[in-house]
Amino acid sequence: MTTEAATLDLPVAQGDEDRYRLRLGPQHPATHGVLRVDLELDGETILDCVPQVGYLHRGFEKLAEHRTYAQNLVLTDRLDYIAAMANNVGYCEAVEKLLAIEVPERAQFLRVMVCEMSRISSHLLWLATHALDIGAMTVFLYCFREREVLLELFAELCGARLTTTYTRLGGVRQDVSHAIMMKLERFVDAFPACIEEYETLIDTNRIWLKRTIGVGRVSAEKAVDLCLTGASLRGSGVDYDIRKHRPYAAYDQMEFEIPLGETGDTYARYRCRMEELRQSNYILKQCIEKLPPGPILGSDAPDLVMPAKPGRKVEVETPARSDLIKLIEDRDVYMEGDVYVATEVPKGELGFYFISDSMGRPYRMHIRSPSFLHIGALASLGRGVMIADLIAIIGTLDVVLGECDR
Amino acid sequence: MGKMNNNLVRIEEGVSFIPGASAIVAPLNKLINWGRAGSIWPATFGLACCAIEMMAAGAATNDLDRFGIIFRASPRQADCLILAGTITKKMAPVVRRVFDQMPEPRYVIAMGSCACTGGLFDTYAVVQGADEFLPVDVYIPGCPPRPEALLEGLMKLQEKIMQEQGRWSQFV
Repeated sequence: MTTEAATLDLPVAQGDEDRYRLRLGPQHPATHGVLRVDLELDGETILDCVPQVGYLHRGFEKLAEHRTYAQNLVLTDRLDYIAAMANNVGYCEAVEKLLAIEVPERAQFLRVMVCEMSRISSHLLWLATHALDIGAMTVFLYCFREREVLLELFAELCGARLTTTYTRLGGVRQDVSHAIMMKLERFVDAFPACIEEYETLIDTNRIWLKRTIGVGRVSAEKAVDLCLTGASLRGSGVDYDIRKHRPYAAYDQMEFEIPLGETGDTYARYRCRMEELRQSNYILKQCIEKLPPGPILGSDAPDLVMPAKPGRKVEVETPARSDLIKLIEDRDVYMEGDVYVATEVPKGELGFYFISDSMGRPYRMHIRSPSFLHIGALASLGRGVMIADLIAIIGTLDVVLGECDR
Repeated sequence: MGKMNNNLVRIEEGVSFIPGASAIVAPLNKLINWGRAGSIWPATFGLACCAIEMMAAGAATNDLDRFGIIFRASPRQADCLILAGTITKKMAPVVRRVFDQMPEPRYVIAMGSCACTGGLFDTYAVVQGADEFLPVDVYIPGCPPRPEALLEGLMKLQEKIMQEQGRWSQFV
């Protein structure tokens, strides 16, 4: 028995004492940030489930209209702050397509490298919090042990652990040092054993199995209808990964498989992500082996990239903000038109849609964020399940509110 | 009496331990401050990006437990509110309610640029600093601050607690 969403505004019918309403969140440890879910319950069974978003709405898209394309890059860090590198790459891929900027090969490999590093760190955080929600506390400590290594590598690479702003329009900010590559190689060698360690912690745990197998089952058709992407879609057996089907950066030169689930339940999605960890590790290994020499910034990249790239100095060393805007506006590469480019971030398909009116700033920037659509799917997935299962479903969809509310 | 004083084991300035008696001798101010500073229990309340670094601070590498800092899921059991992230205008009433639910004495740490000043989100949707509606004790700059910075902030809060006087005067 399902009710319409609108009934949540009306009082519970008289004489129906078992039915009551509960607001889950926005301050709730298991809602992964500031998600609020309005529930109508019969005992512990959810009759109706309406996710309420907007508690972290910061006005990204509006802010972007007042900044140049290069300045907007810092905003993308704060979208999906768990995998900032992947957002940086997604944004740059879109702007580069709009402005027709070529990216040198080495920079493309570096982008793939940081993308996969952020995929691993995002999946580790997902596993840590998801397991914590379901009751497996120890996994959290193990996952953060490896995540810390990756974050410190990011810090060495670009100076920040979370908000990286590593990529630049037309390339990347800094070349990798020998020390970073050595550390990464050590990590890549050691990481498969760590994945097995996580699996021994939970794969034979009866509580974990009972709380994931058969919970939040989504058929392939329904997953497509609900606009699920990423591992949430692939857990239902739909073979869709932008890295494979519309390769960007240097993904076409990488060898990897796309893990698919069959059953479409929470356990299948968990298996998918664990396999993705292994595949990402394999991609990282290839990146280390194949990393070609060469420049890290395209010769026709916008002048805003600081510090000055090799071979071509920016006219002003540290120009004031108005000068920067002038520099960027003077370029004739800024054309009119619109563009949509999607990339595969750890959560799913992250798309950037720009309308450009050749003013050097986006006239409109729209972000198609996977988390927003995943939270939308919650209304359908949460209906008819128990409260405890809803927590598992929120975890398995892998949402991050910064990206959802924008 | 003099003999007994010689047997006291000094823990720190003014705080002593009596061996064999399982007792601690100290001025009440000092003793209560010492207890409070050694058991700051923050509410599990993540707002945005900084919450991830707050989690990293709680994990094995940095380990907040060794300071007696244990996250509590209910504000009723907490005495410190770490504002880790951007506070939007929609979220501000909720933050205020969580703060109001906490028992006295309670402390607030503004973690990161957003909670301190609004950060780079100077928009229609964002509160420009938590101190617009909450009494903030410690500000931690950074976007986001490293876990070490959060530790530093918590230690500053401990220092602040240690200097408190007479907030429990109703009992004395």
